[in-house]
Amino acid sequence: MSARSLRGKLAPYTLILPGWLWLVIFFVVPVITMLSVSTMTGNDLNGFSQTFHFSTYVDAWNSFHVQIIRSLAYGLIATAICILIGYPVAYWIAFRGGSYKSTLLFLLLLPFFVSFVIRTQSWEFMLDDHGMVLGLLRTLHLVSSNASILQTPVAVVGGLVYNFLPFMVLPIYVALERIDPVLLEASADLYAHKATAFRKIVLPLSSPGVFAGVLLTFVPVASDYVNATILGGTNTTMIGNVIQTLYFTNLDYPTAAALSFILMGVLLIGVFAYARALGTDDVLEMAAA
Amino acid sequence: MTDQQRPGELPPDLLRGLTNPRMSRRSMLKLGGLAALGLPLAACGIPGSTGSSKLGLAAARQQIEDFWAKQKKHGHFNFANWPLYIDVVKGGKHPSLDLFTKETGISVTYDEVIQQDDTYYGKIAPVLAAGQGTGYDVMVITNGIYLDDLIERDYLIPLDQARMSNFYTYASDLVKDPSFDRGNVYTMAWQSGVTGIGYSPKLVGKKITSWNDLLDPKLSGKLGMFGDNEDLPNSALCAIGVNPETSTPADWKKAADWLTKQRPLVRKYYQQDYVAPLSKGDLWASQAWSGDIFQANANGAELEFVVPKEGAPIWTDNMCIPAHAQNPLDAMIYMDWVYQPRVAAMIADWVNYMTPVPAAQQVFLHEAATAKTKADKTYYTGLAHSPLIFPPKSEYTRLHRYRVLSTAEQKVWNDLFEPIYQS
Repeated sequence: MSARSLRGKLAPYTLILPGWLWLVIFFVVPVITMLSVSTMTGNDLNGFSQTFHFSTYVDAWNSFHVQIIRSLAYGLIATAICILIGYPVAYWIAFRGGSYKSTLLFLLLLPFFVSFVIRTQSWEFMLDDHGMVLGLLRTLHLVSSNASILQTPVAVVGGLVYNFLPFMVLPIYVALERIDPVLLEASADLYAHKATAFRKIVLPLSSPGVFAGVLLTFVPVASDYVNATILGGTNTTMIGNVIQTLYFTNLDYPTAAALSFILMGVLLIGVFAYARALGTDDVLEMAAA
Repeated sequence: MTDQQRPGELPPDLLRGLTNPRMSRRSMLKLGGLAALGLPLAACGIPGSTGSSKLGLAAARQQIEDFWAKQKKHGHFNFANWPLYIDVVKGGKHPSLDLFTKETGISVTYDEVIQQDDTYYGKIAPVLAAGQGTGYDVMVITNGIYLDDLIERDYLIPLDQARMSNFYTYASDLVKDPSFDRGNVYTMAWQSGVTGIGYSPKLVGKKITSWNDLLDPKLSGKLGMFGDNEDLPNSALCAIGVNPETSTPADWKKAADWLTKQRPLVRKYYQQDYVAPLSKGDLWASQAWSGDIFQANANGAELEFVVPKEGAPIWTDNMCIPAHAQNPLDAMIYMDWVYQPRVAAMIADWVNYMTPVPAAQQVFLHEAATAKTKADKTYYTGLAHSPLIFPPKSEYTRLHRYRVLSTAEQKVWNDLFEPIYQS
């Protein structure tokens, strides 16, 4: 084998080296470190040492399973609402946007030019007991005078939907955009009803987009803590809040690390179960494409 | 360091914070690096903060003196404080800091970075444990668990007692030689305050006089409490008629039960963010800090602050110098400078908490006597006689310090109270 062809063979690997390095330094190393921390015991005064104390996981689950389950529930509800709102939006932009497509997409992304925390804070102003939402509902006598939305699960899920909606719309839009209109014309030629065409052509072809959207919303939504902090109240603490408190306030690194892995495990199981349910083994590949 | 050692004497290993960063302390990152190099994970650990160096008392004193003798004025220092906790005028200028710069030539970078003792401690502790500086030369920490920890872990630089003449001349008895820092080895008070109840008489529709008024079902969804492990538990102890300072674990259980009973009524366990909803009327009543209510009323709110009849926690926020501070001498000069009555009055006038300098009252009375307008006269007379800024001696019997907790007690305490405000 000549040196030239060897170099030719190695070139792709050399080119991807920075990517691998990035992944190793910023993902693999921290994950291994945290995995190691999660089985340590001790406290910040006397230090932590590795004792392979796996029961931290059991204790963490027993103490905080309520918040884990609550986070998953909020994640599922918010993701479902994102699909219900996001799919029609993406559909409309993809098929009816015409020459305004880029403008519409830009408008969709416009809120991202404002910081995440400020956007969430603005919901606090809108939803407070004397804000525009409740003020209007009260004027219409739709709610009692003492009703409040802020500091309830409704406010938290609402904030989550608002903040993560674009992550659902964009991948669905990309999937829909790639559908060849010829397919729809053909179905019409064969006397397929519009609903049938949607069900048999558009929906299956866009499902990788929905899957990607679910990945991009469900995972960050379930681990979010900003919305629960600003819009939440007494029974809305999410697992992200718990991990943050354990890590930065209580300096209980092992429990915080263990909880992070429990959350990661549960999310991975959920995502793979969803991939299986879609029936396409290569749905991940399609979503990535 | 145990409590028996603390009063009036210098702990033997307090000087570790004065020396160079200890290289033996590895940060989490370094630990990660080692793990990546394939060292067996079992060998890894995160080192703690207690060392074993033991110095004699005299030697410790000598080292502190030597440390301060070496320090030079740099003409600048960095100040970490809580939001809205110093005088401020239009344009964000702080007149007392400007005056300090004018009189001493030392400029100040003033940052409002401390929202809560626990979160700030959680932020700086790993940095200090790694032997690095926080970037600040003065920080303001409330007495309690976190100040105790900072002292215990040698994260504070002992003060230069020779540069505290204003403090020893003007400081009130409350803040001189306090129980949490005997002999003011590490701290000088910034302001003190009371954790009581702030409420809107109009919305509540009656006078609130007791913590137990906060169990009224009518307050459901309109009641705020503090989400912390000092003010919330200590107030609950007052509510059940127990002096927090001498409370027992059995009392803590009862206090936790009281809070659990109240929990369904609570809208949210707040941090610093309770003032806006209370002023707007989203909250009808809330646990509150005295000065906040005074300030909110100055901005047009119609609230009342009450020290409940069962008593309430009194706290002191303290200036201290974190280990590895770059400009300790400039910081020391400032900390003593604010103890002049004219300066203390400038700050108290704006923050409305209990000033550590009782002589500030004379400054207000003088302002009132020489005031040009009637409004000014009423304002300064009001300040001079405000029970929130200068509480009468009789009030003190109802005010209690936070319970001091050993490490073992802290765990019991946190396990009881954290689930209440953190789920």
